[in-house]
Amino acid sequence: MSAHLPVLQVVVPLLAAPFCLFLRRGRAAWGLAVLASLASWVIALALLRRVLAEGVLSYAIGDWVPPIGIEYRVDVVNAWVLLIVSTIGAAVSLYAGTSVEREVEAPRIPLFYAAYLLCLSGLLGITITGDVFNVFVFLEISSLSAYALIALGQARRALTSAFRYLIMGSVGATFIVIGIGLLYVMTGTLNMADLAQLLPGVWDSNTVKVAYGFLAVGFCLKLALFPLHLWLPNAYTYAPSAVTAFMASTATKVAVYMLLRFFLSIFGAPFSFGVMALDRVLLPLALVAIVSMSLVAVFQVNAKRLLAYSSVAQIGYMILGLSFATATGLTATVLHLFNHALMKGALFMALGCVMYRVGSVHINAMAGLGRRMPWTMGAFVVGGLSLVGVPLTVGFVSKWYLILAALERGWWPVAVLVLLASLLALVYVWRVVEVAYFREFPGEEETREAPWTLLGPTWALVALNLYFGIDAARTADIARRAAEVLMAGIGS
Amino acid sequence: MSLDLLVSHYNYWVVIFLMMVGFYILISRGNLIKKIVGLNVFQTSVFMLYISMSKVSAGTPPILVDPYGEADVLFSNPLPHVLILTAIVVGIATTSVGLALAVRIKEAYGTIEEDEINAIEARTEATG
Repeated sequence: MSAHLPVLQVVVPLLAAPFCLFLRRGRAAWGLAVLASLASWVIALALLRRVLAEGVLSYAIGDWVPPIGIEYRVDVVNAWVLLIVSTIGAAVSLYAGTSVEREVEAPRIPLFYAAYLLCLSGLLGITITGDVFNVFVFLEISSLSAYALIALGQARRALTSAFRYLIMGSVGATFIVIGIGLLYVMTGTLNMADLAQLLPGVWDSNTVKVAYGFLAVGFCLKLALFPLHLWLPNAYTYAPSAVTAFMASTATKVAVYMLLRFFLSIFGAPFSFGVMALDRVLLPLALVAIVSMSLVAVFQVNAKRLLAYSSVAQIGYMILGLSFATATGLTATVLHLFNHALMKGALFMALGCVMYRVGSVHINAMAGLGRRMPWTMGAFVVGGLSLVGVPLTVGFVSKWYLILAALERGWWPVAVLVLLASLLALVYVWRVVEVAYFREFPGEEETREAPWTLLGPTWALVALNLYFGIDAARTADIARRAAEVLMAGIGS
Repeated sequence: MSLDLLVSHYNYWVVIFLMMVGFYILISRGNLIKKIVGLNVFQTSVFMLYISMSKVSAGTPPILVDPYGEADVLFSNPLPHVLILTAIVVGIATTSVGLALAVRIKEAYGTIEEDEINAIEARTEATG
């Protein structure tokens, strides 16, 4: 049984998805979704423990020996990302029970959970597989179900947002297929480890460089790097609350993982940084993303859209870590994948609680909620502090490593810019906090605290924000090991 | 650029032409259905790229001619063909999700022209 954990990681939610449709009743489908996502969380925990103890796990699908067959290959990096995705997946599935009942029409609820589980298994599949074409297949499974999930939002703009995401996402995925195809022509293999060994022999060919370019644009579209982020703000704003919490904490993280896996593990750091100058291309984009998107977030009137723009800025931090081209910088990136998932998950879930009681997430509609919904707004404040990077939260740990990496390279202005952008984060978080705590509650009707079924998962993520903010030794150690694995490439 | 390069790589020129046509339709058209058609042309060009790449000069179709594989037959690489079968299925799925969304957008807004949808949205935002 335990030998088959890598494939069960993907198969459990994948098989549970159609059963959600057969169940036909919302509650039953929810129960199955919770079971499946909790199971994949337990599997991810077990995988991470085994990888930390024993090293790389390789699983041959159907006993077809790699590189001919499809290989699932788990090392510290993707075991870590699997844990991020499945933790958020489990928390959101628990949260969705109450939230989705309010925001999605009853006949569509089983469909919602089917799409949710497909999206989860797609993201887990991208992360675990050691075969580049398999990456594309799982990418499309997760993307197609994500379009459907976003389109389930209440506002009609959810439809146009989903459509725009579909167009841009498909272009991104097609670019990735072109890149993969060109790599196959040059090497005759699709296995990641095999590619990593064969590619140095054909480094000089233009085909490989063109493949690199197509892959870079495709990944950057998928991870919403400025200026390819245009699909993200609307998609996050109009999707159902549970979907936003899930997508914001997992989809872009997995896209960042793909970028790291392809460009560092497969092409290798010497090619990416030495020949293609990836770091010099990404650095300015990351800095512009951090500053400009934080500024845009400050002027939003919709709290969900505010956090969406903040997400684009936070993706800038992850890419900034990569563009230092050092082990410390990568540690910051890998660490921030986890930390940002925790903080954005908690923040969007808190907004989902507001949506549940108030029916709107406009900042003005949140006046006086600090007293009416103390636990909800408390979660928002802690999540917001984490976003700013206040000590004792995970956000501080990420910023610490980023600034450490900047100083290591001697890039003082970058370190200053990161600190300034944190002040901008303080401004936009404060705008919500000010309205919620220092304005009178306008309505006469009794607005009560959100139900515990929503608050429980929200505060579970808030607690993780605080726990890993205080005791960062464990997460930082795993992130450092993952960074070393990435820098070394897949062959070693 | 020599004529030789043009002729010997004509399949790639076809692919690039189709890719650019699809991409242009995708960007320039405001009609959502036309956008999906553009996306389809764009994706199809990639299918053709894969299929023509795996053709081996003077190779036969990859069918086993003698059961023991003793005859020395040169055949085209079947793997990219199989890969692209998957991508075609993905393309159909994308198209159907896109068309389904377009139908629902038509129901919600009464139009599938992007600029008209934007105008409707701007009006609803202005009136609150």
